[in-house]
Amino acid sequence: MNIRRILPGFVGILFLAIVPVLPVPPFWITLLNNIGLASLVTIGLVLLTGVGGLTSFGQAAFCGFGAYTTAVLSTNYGVSPWLTLPLSLIVGAVIALPLGLITVRLSGHFLPLGTIAWGLALYYLFGKIDLLGRYDGISGIPPIKFAGYRFLSDGSIYYLIWFFVIVVAIGAGNLLDSRIGRAIRALRGGGQAAEAFGVNIVRAKLTVFIFAGVVAALSGWLYAHMQRSVNPTPFGLSMGIEYLLMAVVGGAGHVWGAIFGASIVLVLKDILQRFLPDIIGTTANFEMIVFGILLVLILQLSRDGLWPLALKLLPKRPPRPVPASSRKLAKRTLAPAGSPLLKVEKARKAFGGLVAVNDVSFEVKAGQIVGLIGPNGAGKSTTFNLITGIASLTSGSVFYEGQPLRGDSPRQIARHGIARTFQHAKILPDMSVLENVALGAHLRGSAGVFRSFFRLEREEEATLLAEAATQLERVGLGQYRDRPAGDLALGQIRILEIARALAADPAVLLLDEPAAGLRHGEKQELASLLRKLREEGVSVLLVEHDMGFVMGLVDHLVVLDFGTLIADGQPADVRRHPSVIAAYLGGVA
Amino acid sequence: MNGNLLELSNIRVSYGHAEVLHGVSLAIKPGSIVTVIGANGAGKTTLLNAVMGIVPAKGTILYDGASVPHSVEARVAAGLCLVPEKRELFSTMSVEDNVELGGFLRNASERAQTREELYTRFPRLAERRKQLAGTLSGGERQMLALARALMSRPRLLLLDEPSLGLAPKIVADILNIVSELRTTGVSILLVEQNARAALEIADEGYLVELGEVKRSGPAGELAVDPALMESYLGSPA
Amino acid sequence: MIATFLIQDGVTNGAIYALLGLALVLVFSVTRVIFIPQGEFVAYGALTLALLDNDRIPATTSLLLCFGAIAFLADLWSMRRGADVRAFTRSLALNLVFPAAIYGLTTVLVPLGLPSFAKALLTILIIAPMGYYVYRIAYRPLADASVLVLLIASVGVHLAMMGLGLVFFGAEGLRARPLAEANYTIGSLMIPAQSLWIYGSTIAIIIALYMFFERTLLGKALRATAVNRLGARLVGVRTQLTGVTAFTLAAAIGAISGVLIGPITTIYYDTGFLIGLKGFVAAIIGGLASFPITAVAAIGVGLIESFASFFASSYKEVIVFGLIIPVLVWLSLSHAFHEEE
Repeated sequence: MNIRRILPGFVGILFLAIVPVLPVPPFWITLLNNIGLASLVTIGLVLLTGVGGLTSFGQAAFCGFGAYTTAVLSTNYGVSPWLTLPLSLIVGAVIALPLGLITVRLSGHFLPLGTIAWGLALYYLFGKIDLLGRYDGISGIPPIKFAGYRFLSDGSIYYLIWFFVIVVAIGAGNLLDSRIGRAIRALRGGGQAAEAFGVNIVRAKLTVFIFAGVVAALSGWLYAHMQRSVNPTPFGLSMGIEYLLMAVVGGAGHVWGAIFGASIVLVLKDILQRFLPDIIGTTANFEMIVFGILLVLILQLSRDGLWPLALKLLPKRPPRPVPASSRKLAKRTLAPAGSPLLKVEKARKAFGGLVAVNDVSFEVKAGQIVGLIGPNGAGKSTTFNLITGIASLTSGSVFYEGQPLRGDSPRQIARHGIARTFQHAKILPDMSVLENVALGAHLRGSAGVFRSFFRLEREEEATLLAEAATQLERVGLGQYRDRPAGDLALGQIRILEIARALAADPAVLLLDEPAAGLRHGEKQELASLLRKLREEGVSVLLVEHDMGFVMGLVDHLVVLDFGTLIADGQPADVRRHPSVIAAYLGGVA
Repeated sequence: MNGNLLELSNIRVSYGHAEVLHGVSLAIKPGSIVTVIGANGAGKTTLLNAVMGIVPAKGTILYDGASVPHSVEARVAAGLCLVPEKRELFSTMSVEDNVELGGFLRNASERAQTREELYTRFPRLAERRKQLAGTLSGGERQMLALARALMSRPRLLLLDEPSLGLAPKIVADILNIVSELRTTGVSILLVEQNARAALEIADEGYLVELGEVKRSGPAGELAVDPALMESYLGSPA
Repeated sequence: MIATFLIQDGVTNGAIYALLGLALVLVFSVTRVIFIPQGEFVAYGALTLALLDNDRIPATTSLLLCFGAIAFLADLWSMRRGADVRAFTRSLALNLVFPAAIYGLTTVLVPLGLPSFAKALLTILIIAPMGYYVYRIAYRPLADASVLVLLIASVGVHLAMMGLGLVFFGAEGLRARPLAEANYTIGSLMIPAQSLWIYGSTIAIIIALYMFFERTLLGKALRATAVNRLGARLVGVRTQLTGVTAFTLAAAIGAISGVLIGPITTIYYDTGFLIGLKGFVAAIIGGLASFPITAVAAIGVGLIESFASFFASSYKEVIVFGLIIPVLVWLSLSHAFHEEE
């Protein structure tokens, strides 16, 4: 471990540890406590919004659930705060589950609007329920006790708050740096690629939603015992907006940026509340003007927030060596060459009156490379989507090893050992090349949230990363392993997608226009890679419009035009076929 | 200046890290049809988008002897007009409204005059004036896209794959209309995959492959060039 | 009897929500901005009218000057790499001279003791240009941003405008004088003249919007932008032009709503947000796309609110906002279906 790398973190923790014993004004401690509480919520929000792409304005409501749970139980029933801690977290999770089930199904901008709606509704609900003391709230909440010691003062609960902040921040970092984390990070690009490699999108969204809800509930639990009273105000929409502001200021994709963002916003708020009234002359919540302007300015000038700017001051993290793994991943047994593998039978897809794919039949045998070609608009991509489960068949069927695939989702199809690439490459530009490939091996691992949070899955993770590194070497991208995938050229990105597909240990590779945008030399390399795979027994179906590329490569060619199969056979024969020439060159048919 | 309406020299376009046009040069004389042909993915559409200002390009674009204006809207005002591959019609608005909006930058009397001419040229559209654009057939949609473009009284019409997805009979109709337009003084830059048909109506042709001009010359000569066949169908294995 | 009263109350509020819902649909379909601060224009409008009623110079005129000055600075910044004289003069006139003229006009007119209708018009004249400035300052630099980024920016604009409302109007609530004081009785139903103003204005604005979108080239260009952004650019419609038009119209509609609602409820600097959100519920039910569905839904929201406040008064807000969730789910499901095609 590089000493310069861990130094800032070490100094930070040391600073936090000694602040309360230094002769600082007491409001510093209060402020730091509030920053800690807000950081917890914001870390959840970073995972939810910044990483997962699900914008929520309603997180404050989850603090409310955590706070009210412990408030009611500890005042009315005298339950010990240590018992209400797990209960608060469970209530947070139990509420997040149904709310999340609805929320994550909302598409696009409906999702944040939905969070505004339930954020408001829950706030009003807190204020109407007798058990929760209506708008007056609940007071007289007992302090937390530990071995006879009562966390009464701001200075003592301070340590408790920051203990949880650091545990949650490290755990959240661990979670992101794991198999589950890759699935969550893949949500942002729409999740289509992740789904094609077996990630359950709804479950991944729900996981991160519940995580954010639980840490917000933890913040609420701490808040209730720090404040010793609760009322609905801090759990309303305006606090929800403030948490989002913190996440945006910090840079919504960074766990440590959450603490940074919370600090900036709360320190600024404190300064504004202290000095603005002197300038304007009255006391009121004027800081919201500054917050509003700050939010718009950051979006206009530095959309990734301020944490990336702060990161530039820290020494760069050296690329991590890929951990050596003693364990080998199990490999699929491939069907014997020549046996029927993928069979499309009278596949038909109609959009309204337009028939995009018109009763097309063809077959891919094990160990073959089959090309599916045709001019623009011929129905190639639609056929491809029918096989991969993205589009549903109007009639006809697709068989894999004799089993019909009808109605299977892309995720189920991935389980059969069918791996694909995309016509418009779907990679995660901010993730490293290696991590992008490791996403392909998602189904070959099994570690869940809990093990990932506490780093108990390192052995499995090492095998997955080692496998990804092997596939990268195989396609010749080994030297780019630690670079962000977004730095690669278009041609390399297409190859990266192939490596990702290989990491899934596929029986069939489905490649959607893999040669598009490649230069001549790159095409040659791709062709020899595919030939090598064929020798290893992997079958390939590739959609191409570039006949030059497929000519010397494929064993069998299928040509579509206007959704109809017009030729099917050996490449050399197909090239001489008059209707193929007419379809490609047009004119006198 | 040498009498060309449009002159492109060394046009380069990149998407992110990938350069898709590697220095294309091309010239169009007033009143002529120039066609850019090539297999799918060659960069033809990108070239048109660069001329229209939809994608940023390096290199020089001279229009009427002077540097072309910066924004898409200013280029429309100057007499450039693109009919994109996907037509980009206003599908929930009537045929009439679509045509009318084509003349957004022209004044009312210019619009009235052009409108009359267009409905005479496209009687099918005149019949369907009140129908929504989204309910038209493929051929009619292409005609509407052409009519909307002509309503802006262009001097240079950029056509992106006007025959795409249309049945052969309708392709012939559309290309007939395109070749007739030349007689009204409009110059045309025609991008087509349907190489044979495009070369039949064009004066000059450019064969583009992988973002570079591979061959250029009079359309008749290009039509019999063996490079054309190879570019589309690959070299025999 | 109670039912007719509740219906009347619901329809009156619903008409206001309808105006706001229409403005939100207008702004979203043309610019993709989910315009959370729409409600602030309502508050500004109502409070401006109330101050004019007391023969005071409303602080919004100074606010307009500030907005203009900031927009002018923003223009200068974008012109830093070479500007032409025409653009500079235009910016100067639009951002400095124009608000100063409105300021001057207000100071001249207020002491004259205007009739209420003239005060209402003056209010709209003061508030409507703010739509332009808000667009210029906050949204134009974000023109290429995603709907989500624009939404977060909207929340920022909302916070800033609400805070400015507090600075300029104070925390006290104000109530404006009605446009007409009379009451009319039809059978057992008593209708205040102000309600008639509300119904009449709502209908008039809906008709005016309809005529604008159906009969004028600019209106059609706005619709075209909503339907197909690229298509609109290709016929020479500037994104800026449609953006400015949409925001100015929205601010004007907000100001009118404020003028109408100001005399029937006491308005505080932060009331606009809640009123605006109810317009939102309607706009969302209309999928942020359909004007007629939004208008009908707004009346529905007004009625539900009115009946809920009678039968379950404490759960009024919970019901109204909880109502959006199933609508959003339904919209998302039908949306996903469209995306597949």
